[in-house]
Amino acid sequence: MAMASLRREGRRFATPLISPQPINPLRSSISPAEDQAFLGVRSISTQIVRNRMRSVRNIQKITKAMKMVAASKLRAIQTRAENSRGLWQPFTALLGDTPSVDVKKNVIVTISSDKGLCGGINSTSVKISRALHKLNSGPDKESKYVVLGEKAKAQLLRDSKKDIELCLTELQKNPLNYTQVSVIADDVLKNVEYDALRIVFNKFQSVVSFLPTTATVLSPEVVEREAESGGKLGELDSYEIEGGETKSEVLQNLTEFQFSCVMFNAVLENACSEQGARMSAMDSSSRNAGDMLDRLTLTYNRTRQASITTELIEIISGASALEG
Amino acid sequence: MIMIRRATTGLLSRSTVIGAYHRHFSSTEVPAADELFMMAWKRIMPNLDPPKTPLAFMRPRPSSIASKLTVNLVSPYSEMSNKEVDMVIVPATTGQMGILPGHTASISELKPGVLSIHDGNDVKKYFVSSGFAFIHSNSVADIMAAEAVPIEQVDPASVQKQFTEFTQKLSSASTDLEKAEAQIRVDVLVALNSALSG
Repeated sequence: MAMASLRREGRRFATPLISPQPINPLRSSISPAEDQAFLGVRSISTQIVRNRMRSVRNIQKITKAMKMVAASKLRAIQTRAENSRGLWQPFTALLGDTPSVDVKKNVIVTISSDKGLCGGINSTSVKISRALHKLNSGPDKESKYVVLGEKAKAQLLRDSKKDIELCLTELQKNPLNYTQVSVIADDVLKNVEYDALRIVFNKFQSVVSFLPTTATVLSPEVVEREAESGGKLGELDSYEIEGGETKSEVLQNLTEFQFSCVMFNAVLENACSEQGARMSAMDSSSRNAGDMLDRLTLTYNRTRQASITTELIEIISGASALEG
Repeated sequence: MIMIRRATTGLLSRSTVIGAYHRHFSSTEVPAADELFMMAWKRIMPNLDPPKTPLAFMRPRPSSIASKLTVNLVSPYSEMSNKEVDMVIVPATTGQMGILPGHTASISELKPGVLSIHDGNDVKKYFVSSGFAFIHSNSVADIMAAEAVPIEQVDPASVQKQFTEFTQKLSSASTDLEKAEAQIRVDVLVALNSALSG
């Protein structure tokens, strides 16, 4: 009696578990996606999850490789940047650095990278350049841009197209050296009229820290004007000028040399910052990919276990229906 | 992570600005241009940190030691800083110039030639390809050269070969530009030759 009632109870419990479709011995041939489609979509298919996992794993490998490459490039260029740091110090010691100097023609030299995936350093340089442009525009002042590198060029072309004088790209095709930078400096000095040159770049402080910096180089006329008016450069007159015919000739050579030295250091520091930023960007990207992979693995296992459980239930309930 | 980086740069900029007030360059003045710039910047872009300037990264300059000359030899690829020596002979455009401690302040242009640093009985010779030399009134000399190589690293055979090649080119040069370039090369090679022999 009790057994019969239990059996009846069992059947009552069993009926809702029996799938509307009769048990098909060919079930295994149906792909899981179609399987789920017949049952209504209850969970993500394992195939889809597996595809996603494969692509995320590939991305993780790629970003890890990019990080290694950036690390090795950084090592190579870091020693050269550190050796070039002494180059601009005597100039700043003699002529000072006066970013607040008031001149008519400002030229903002923005240094950026050609390749992307290097974090926010290019955007920071462009923001600072735009701010300097704003600071130095007024009724009788104007600022123009000289852009080095593709990324800043793309950003500045959007809204300051008419202010860009010169664009130089593909600087890092050959390893950076002083000759190349002095040719660039020569180009800029010949083709652009300037009273003050403001170079904007990212100074490499450490692998995780890049400080946006601006160095100011004045034209010889402005140097003379500042020297006469006293202040920082007032001491300049106390220096005897040797060589060259006139003081202004020597001053011109001096400012040109200063510009090429400061540019050389700036370009090297920016290249270091680029590699460092790329390293940290790729590192956080690999870590993200790893996290995503963990989450997807959990989902995959859950889906897999759920489908196994569903199959088991169907088989068992089918078997118990046949028996009972 | 970006927030932390922003916060640290903010802290750094504040601390280095304060540090900059204590740094002196050749005079004893405090850099006030930084201040003007900072104020103007804050007015225009209050939300963006102002960029650093080279003044924030200046190394401390040596103070005056009257008996010895402090020499900094820098080139784009190497630097030799704050070496205390007795005398330096630089190849200025007006001729070989000797610098002793207590020399008057001067800015001189250099031509290609030999730079020799004398420290007691120790003489080190470098070939310098042009640049500038600043002598400050506190016995500090800064020599900036586009290229500075120790004389030992110059190869005599290639100097000779290039010398003959370019003297020939100079005589056969047609345009002014070519003549100027060839002349510059010949000048450098003549200086190299005399450096190697003398």
